[in-house]
Amino acid sequence: MALPSHSTFTMTLDPNAIALAVGAGAAAGLVGCFAVMRRMTLAADAISHIALPGIGLAILFHIHPILGGVAALLVGTLLVWGIENTTRLATETVIGVVFSTALAIGSLITSGEELIEALFGGVGHLTSLETTVGLAFSLGVIVFVVWQRHRLVLALVSPEVAHTSGINVRRLNLHFLLVFALTIAIGLRYLGVLLVGSLVIIPAATAKRLARSLRSMLVISVVVSVFSTTLGTCLALTLHRPPGSMVVLVAAGSFVLSLLRGS
Amino acid sequence: MNSSTATLALEVENLSVGFARTIVIDHLSFQVPRGSALAIIGPNGAGKSVLAKALIGSLPYDGSVKWEENAKIGYVPQKLDIERDLPITGRDFLRAKAAVSRASESDIAKVLVQVGLKAESVGKPIGALSGGQFQRLLVAAALIGQPTILLLDEPTAGVDEPGQESLDQTIDQLRQQNGLTVLFISHDLSVVYRYASNVLCLSRTHPCFGAPRAILTPQLLQEIYGAPIAFHLHDDARP
Repeated sequence: MALPSHSTFTMTLDPNAIALAVGAGAAAGLVGCFAVMRRMTLAADAISHIALPGIGLAILFHIHPILGGVAALLVGTLLVWGIENTTRLATETVIGVVFSTALAIGSLITSGEELIEALFGGVGHLTSLETTVGLAFSLGVIVFVVWQRHRLVLALVSPEVAHTSGINVRRLNLHFLLVFALTIAIGLRYLGVLLVGSLVIIPAATAKRLARSLRSMLVISVVVSVFSTTLGTCLALTLHRPPGSMVVLVAAGSFVLSLLRGS
Repeated sequence: MNSSTATLALEVENLSVGFARTIVIDHLSFQVPRGSALAIIGPNGAGKSVLAKALIGSLPYDGSVKWEENAKIGYVPQKLDIERDLPITGRDFLRAKAAVSRASESDIAKVLVQVGLKAESVGKPIGALSGGQFQRLLVAAALIGQPTILLLDEPTAGVDEPGQESLDQTIDQLRQQNGLTVLFISHDLSVVYRYASNVLCLSRTHPCFGAPRAILTPQLLQEIYGAPIAFHLHDDARP
């Protein structure tokens, strides 16, 4: 199964696409807050690259490309966590090596046209199953962040304080990385490998500039993210442009506006 | 390095901690009686913070570390590198600690009074707090959840002089009133002399353990720190 072609952008507004835009936006906005605060800005882009060899292999074996992408993301995340814990290298270093290698392998096994679509995404026609799975994943991510926010805050400020409070910091880090990868997977369909990381990072970076507390950061980030995904999707469908580019441009516009507020 | 008290809060035997090829702590043994205050002193690089992290189990070690049954540790880490624009307020941090420790909002109000931190200060982002306010916040967080042990890595670093004294007194009062066991790392020898029941000094050449009066002698301090220490014992220093 190939990724949807750009010709599908001519379709009219699809309720499934809007529902998924809201779900994916809310999930990305929440996860992004902790990713930005944990200084994983560059990691978000790098992690998304691991999806590429999965997409390439899925196309090769006639499986749904997003399934291949999700599987590769989960394997890659476990690999990063494993290397990080056994070698004590910095997360950014491990992610840089693992995911750049994945991008290289992915570009070798994915053919030209499919590669472009995997890199930049496309909304196409969403089936009910795709929408349901996407919304279920989004809900899972939202529940995780809301439920674990206190543990994530303690581990962010001081892993040792978190540890003495009874938190298994290693396991929490693994869970966060998996949820982070899942969020990337949700956005993959829309934004593609190259742009999906920015959906996680830009709304949260905007919120970080404007917020003065955790609650306000989470709220602002979700609002900016959902606004970007829904408006970006609507613009893409009505202007017949790729959704990834439109979503990221709306998010980037919000960030630029946030710069108007003095630091 | 043995203490003669019956009920122990902590028993450490042959503790060794190292990184790559460097051994930071080598076969260290000591005991901490329940309800006592142990001061950990030593020159920079002697491994005081490494010892604290090994004791809480966040660093791998060889040997044995036995805490009392159902020990609940309130830990204050050494200076943290916090981004100035991190949008997490002091209250967010305390609420996080309270939620994880199953403590209530009224417990937060109580510890704020205990450490002398104003409500408006904890409304600010933690990166915007002064060094002293941030240290008080860390001590407040350590007190949430009714700890039985306080492990404090330079708790008053960056706190002004009157603030240091009141925070040290608060910790000592909590120890006496609630029967807490306190382990604290300090460079302030007058504080060590005043509040510690025992002193553990970490030094590559002269590790030692004993009562403050026995350890804090000019001769021994010079051996520990490798330089003369301008510190004088006064009999009236202990309350």
